[in-house]
Amino acid sequence: MAEKVLMKGNEAVAEAAIRAGCRLYFAYPITPQSELIEYMAKMLPKVDGTFVQAESEVAAINMVYGASGTGRRVMTSSSSPGISLKMEGISYIAGANLPAVIINVQRGGPGLGDIQPAQGDYFQATKGGGHGDYRLIVLAPSTVQEFADMADLAFDLADKYRNPVMILSDGLLGQMMEPVEFKPAKTKEEMEKLNKQHYDWCMHPNEDEPDHHHHEINSLEIDPLILEQHVIKLGKKYDKITKNEQRHEEYNISADNKVIVVAFGTAARIAKSAIDQLQEEGINVGMIRPITVWPYPYEAISNVLNDKIKKVVVCELNLGQMIEDVKLAVNGKLPVEFLGKVGGILFTPDEIKAKIMDNRGE
Amino acid sequence: MEIIAQRPKSLTDLQFTYCPGCTHGISHRIIAEAIDELEMRNQMMGVAPVGCSVFAYKFFDCDMAEAAHGRAPAVATGMKRARPDMHVFTYQGDGDLAAIGTAEIIHAANRGEHISVFFVNNAIYGMTGGQMAPTTLPGMKTTTSPYGRDETDIGYPIQACELLNSLRAPYFIERVSLLSPQDILKATKIVKKALQFNKEERGFTFVEFVSTCPTNWGLAPLEAMKWAKENMLPYFPLGNFRDKSIEGGE
Repeated sequence: MAEKVLMKGNEAVAEAAIRAGCRLYFAYPITPQSELIEYMAKMLPKVDGTFVQAESEVAAINMVYGASGTGRRVMTSSSSPGISLKMEGISYIAGANLPAVIINVQRGGPGLGDIQPAQGDYFQATKGGGHGDYRLIVLAPSTVQEFADMADLAFDLADKYRNPVMILSDGLLGQMMEPVEFKPAKTKEEMEKLNKQHYDWCMHPNEDEPDHHHHEINSLEIDPLILEQHVIKLGKKYDKITKNEQRHEEYNISADNKVIVVAFGTAARIAKSAIDQLQEEGINVGMIRPITVWPYPYEAISNVLNDKIKKVVVCELNLGQMIEDVKLAVNGKLPVEFLGKVGGILFTPDEIKAKIMDNRGE
Repeated sequence: MEIIAQRPKSLTDLQFTYCPGCTHGISHRIIAEAIDELEMRNQMMGVAPVGCSVFAYKFFDCDMAEAAHGRAPAVATGMKRARPDMHVFTYQGDGDLAAIGTAEIIHAANRGEHISVFFVNNAIYGMTGGQMAPTTLPGMKTTTSPYGRDETDIGYPIQACELLNSLRAPYFIERVSLLSPQDILKATKIVKKALQFNKEERGFTFVEFVSTCPTNWGLAPLEAMKWAKENMLPYFPLGNFRDKSIEGGE
């Protein structure tokens, strides 16, 4: 068993990414993710990695595009306003079938907003953000440990599907310290294997092959009939991801649940405290916590609904974004109530408890 | 039978999509010839821009990436940093490099990225149908400057070589033209020099080609070359701005 260390989420995910084989990182400073870029600046040179502080988030994501085109594990990170700037590049990365990992340590918005934790980028992360028909795999951690574990998962998924993966975190998870246990770093042999895993399509020297190759990293197909086939193929990939990669956590689900809470990330973390407190009072409230917010675990939600459940309560740190997906999952069978907080302010467990008690139908 | 001239290996056999009289074909060819002659092709990666030369990723026969508009120097940075054992060049037009991509080119140059940038300046947006470029000359009429570029309203044309020459890091900066056979021979030498420095990992190299756009200028190819000599060269003087390989070249 590896030793547990106390770390900030921003540093833990950076360390985990390096252990997962990330040797290339391009980013621009922004609060509340600055510890992440600083950790990379300090640690990557020690493992023969490359850190470049880009002139903008736009440049950073395009550096990611170029580096990913060589088949290497590459990452960038930012916070909400900076993620907006990366959206152009994310669309190109998705269009060119490139693997990449993007971390969003969300803060309050819109516009400059503030620098406190928020979940206002749910729509942007899960429904597009950039232009065109594309999907990001989006992972939503709720503890520092999970945040760190997701670095490894994100790179594996990105490589498996040749698709960008976003870790949708927030200022709370980025800034708070919790004990973390890391997976062992990739060995030299594993790194060599990783670095050549994409040689069938990526840009690389010709030395190993008898014939000269011409690999193109590209999202342009000017012929509509060819673009049509390209986008249909992307669609099939997204179908496969939807089928294979839904992840969720079920918490305190039991036959006597009258209310089911649905929450992700930091909101789920606070909801857990509320649920624990209610359980001590003899009230069992269940929770579904989506871990992948795309692909969304619709069936996980619809599967727990039964005649005893009166209502579904959605808790989010925004004006109500994920609730649209919950409503799709519930499909009109039950009322879906909402508790939201905005402005970078967190709800308390008591506020969630009150919302739950209001909706138990007693 | 002795072969005295043939298509460079670094060009594919695809037909160019350029208009008759366009100079992109010439600049593609002299870059490809230099890559061949310097035996860089097996380790070469290129970055194509957005604009008329957007299909350059199909024309150069080495590994190629198609960048978003203006982002080629950032994409090239990622490529070179990921594969320092390989060589990287970008091929960019005036709208791409001197308007939407100004931040990317200035900072790639300022970091002294070990890449070669080939900059095609024909003072107009060709692909989108002849709109004003950051290098459009004062008084020049385009579809978005129908009364002539008014420098008091929209500013003067940007001189990319002069701008980059204010930075310390670049290793080599030169402006050439493609306006006559002699100019093309000179450009061939300069392109080869830039790529030689690239191969030797000397630093950031930049070559600007003063070029033409007969279609959108509304001139026959030879008239376009004459017009460019008379009008563009006074504003975009040819010559070397930076060559750190020679004493006093800095």
